[in-house]
Amino acid sequence: MEKYHLRDILPIIGEYEKGAGNLIPLLHEVQKKIGYLPKEVQEFIAEELSVPYSQVHSVVTFYSFFTMEPRGEHTISVCTGTACHVKGAEGLTKKLKDMLDVEEGGTSDDRKFTFNTKRCVGACSKAPIIMIDDDVYGKVQPEDLEDILDRY
Amino acid sequence: MVRKEILICSGTGCLSAGSEEIEERLMDELWKHELEDKYPLTRAIKRTGCMGPCNLGPMIIIRPEDTFYGNLKPADVERIVEEHLLKGRVVYDLLIEDIDGRRVEEFEKLDFIRGQKKVVMRDSGDIDPSSLEDYLKVDGYMAARKAIMDMERNEIVKEIKDSGLRGRGGAGFPTGLKWELAAKEISDQKYIVCNGDEGDPGAFMDRSVLEGDPHSIIEGMMIAGYAVGADQGYIYVRAEYPLAIRNLQKAIRDAESEGYLGENLFNQGFDFNVELRVGAGAFVCGEETALLSSIEGKQGRPKYRPPYPVQSGLWGKPTVINNVETFGNIAMIIKYGSEWFRDIGTEGSPGTKVFAVAGDVENTGLIEVAMGTTIREMINIAGGVADGKRFKAVQIGGPAGGVIPEQYLDTPIDYDSLKEAGTIMGSGGFIVLDEDTCMVDVAKFFLDFTQDESCGKCPPCRLGTKRMLDILDKITKGNGEAKDLDKLQDLAETIQATSFCGLGQASPNPVLSTLKFFRDEYETHVHDKKCPTGTCKALVEAYTINEETCVTCGRCIEVCPVDAISSGENTYVIDPEKCISCSECAKICPVDAISEGDEK
Repeated sequence: MEKYHLRDILPIIGEYEKGAGNLIPLLHEVQKKIGYLPKEVQEFIAEELSVPYSQVHSVVTFYSFFTMEPRGEHTISVCTGTACHVKGAEGLTKKLKDMLDVEEGGTSDDRKFTFNTKRCVGACSKAPIIMIDDDVYGKVQPEDLEDILDRY
Repeated sequence: MVRKEILICSGTGCLSAGSEEIEERLMDELWKHELEDKYPLTRAIKRTGCMGPCNLGPMIIIRPEDTFYGNLKPADVERIVEEHLLKGRVVYDLLIEDIDGRRVEEFEKLDFIRGQKKVVMRDSGDIDPSSLEDYLKVDGYMAARKAIMDMERNEIVKEIKDSGLRGRGGAGFPTGLKWELAAKEISDQKYIVCNGDEGDPGAFMDRSVLEGDPHSIIEGMMIAGYAVGADQGYIYVRAEYPLAIRNLQKAIRDAESEGYLGENLFNQGFDFNVELRVGAGAFVCGEETALLSSIEGKQGRPKYRPPYPVQSGLWGKPTVINNVETFGNIAMIIKYGSEWFRDIGTEGSPGTKVFAVAGDVENTGLIEVAMGTTIREMINIAGGVADGKRFKAVQIGGPAGGVIPEQYLDTPIDYDSLKEAGTIMGSGGFIVLDEDTCMVDVAKFFLDFTQDESCGKCPPCRLGTKRMLDILDKITKGNGEAKDLDKLQDLAETIQATSFCGLGQASPNPVLSTLKFFRDEYETHVHDKKCPTGTCKALVEAYTINEETCVTCGRCIEVCPVDAISSGENTYVIDPEKCISCSECAKICPVDAISEGDEK
């Protein structure tokens, strides 16, 4: 597991004013930096923003983007929107699970890829879609996956 | 010589199709032919937002002649530069073939574009969304200037009211009335919020507008702020839209540094700032009160209305919350007036609506049409049903909407007609389904979505959708009983009547409308234990290969999307556990050795 230090988070927190209004943008930034939001980090953020820990925790667990488990270096998501569903996203999900030997939400043993599914990314004309981090790949067939993953 | 300009669509759809590689090749070719004097590299190629016909991506338009090349491959770029740019000859075989087989040169003459009426999408695909300069060239911020410098606040509200603009988020509440209510509130602080939490699967209009023309939304919000007396705006965008987020961040920064956001705008003593808020993956946040809770840094759970946000919204202050597309109309109404706007569309629903057309049509993408256009006309603009298949239904309005079968194809698209036909306008998802689509599976897909996204606050939505999904699951697995359909109907009506917020109330709609129009299909699943389209896997037997006929050519192994086929001794074998009965192998087998069910 990659190590994080609370002091890495301090400069991020410093950019935000105290109060709950900045909680979600801050959580986004912190997760981007260290990859996940463990309990210790949530407590630290609660204290620094003067927001109850219970609120921080409720927000982290409510929104599907936030995770308390460490993620791999890259996150691969298969879009599960209507068009992708109709165009065979399931085949991609199955193949990726086999290739990475993970279940949904899991991370490969080499910690390189975390796999999950995602709500519609809105590139429906190019369904089925996968996303790796912020990169969007369209009309992906199961046999294309190895090539695409090799680029990371 | 007129300087040429190459517009390259860089919306999410085209990026996923490889537009960046096309752009790199274009740069290389321009260098190679030493065209950088004639085509200064930084200026000749312009990245634009979504041009609309997404399935033709990657695509470019060469100006000033407006020549359109689509479905580009990197190898095509060299020819375009050598022939078109150097010799001035259109590369005929790279032009797009239109529906009648004719090759079309000019973008505006594509059937897909000709049938449209662009108001909200006016600049997308035309300007560089990362350039404020480009937006100013198309009269950007002139409507805000007019509103703030020459109009009284109540004049603006009146103009929007007279225009008849209704909220494009789906419910169709009159925008002018909302603004009027907020303007009347007395408060030390008011807010303007733009709802860009476009969560419906299959909908991507708001994404395209935010990516392709972000300043137009800021301008609409600014005019709203001036009209109701708010100095702070928030744009809430889904985290699934990284490009929209990037383009908006840039737009806000540029507008701030050039004095289009900030203090004392147009020297009239009016301040307005905009902050971007990124969602975190919760569909329910598209509901306005849940969205406001999310901005406040809480779980996105809906609140009871009244009080409505115009009275008590963000942090308890009067708040105008409008959808992206609604704000996209504002500058045009201020610029051309409410009468101009009323001339477009119908009496009860003036203006246009942008639809994200996807599914089984020839041309998918964004289509903006005048209200009152019929569903049939929309499908024709999109080139009809793909691959010569038969039309079955169109799903409008996403998880809160319903399906419209063939007999309702001439329904005009406006808020009231769609409601009568049993669906809703919704945000603009328009998914065409052909004869191969199983309607029970469609209903299950949407219900699976809503039950997963239920925030859990009220039991009808939290438990009811789960129970409905259980029943649908049972039916698609071949365990359906006669009484299940009545149970579904009963549960659906109860959830509709008793759920707390709009999401819960609307969640049974996909089931109710498929039950209404395609009840026979449900009955075939329940009574005959068959899925007529072969979609529900449990009702379809796995494919098998006939050992005697198989010539071990290996084509089936190549096409199998799930790697279910492996080579045995003298034949190939399909693993029934892995087989998803997609029939690809049977279609490609040259000797017809593969069939559904056991070997014959």
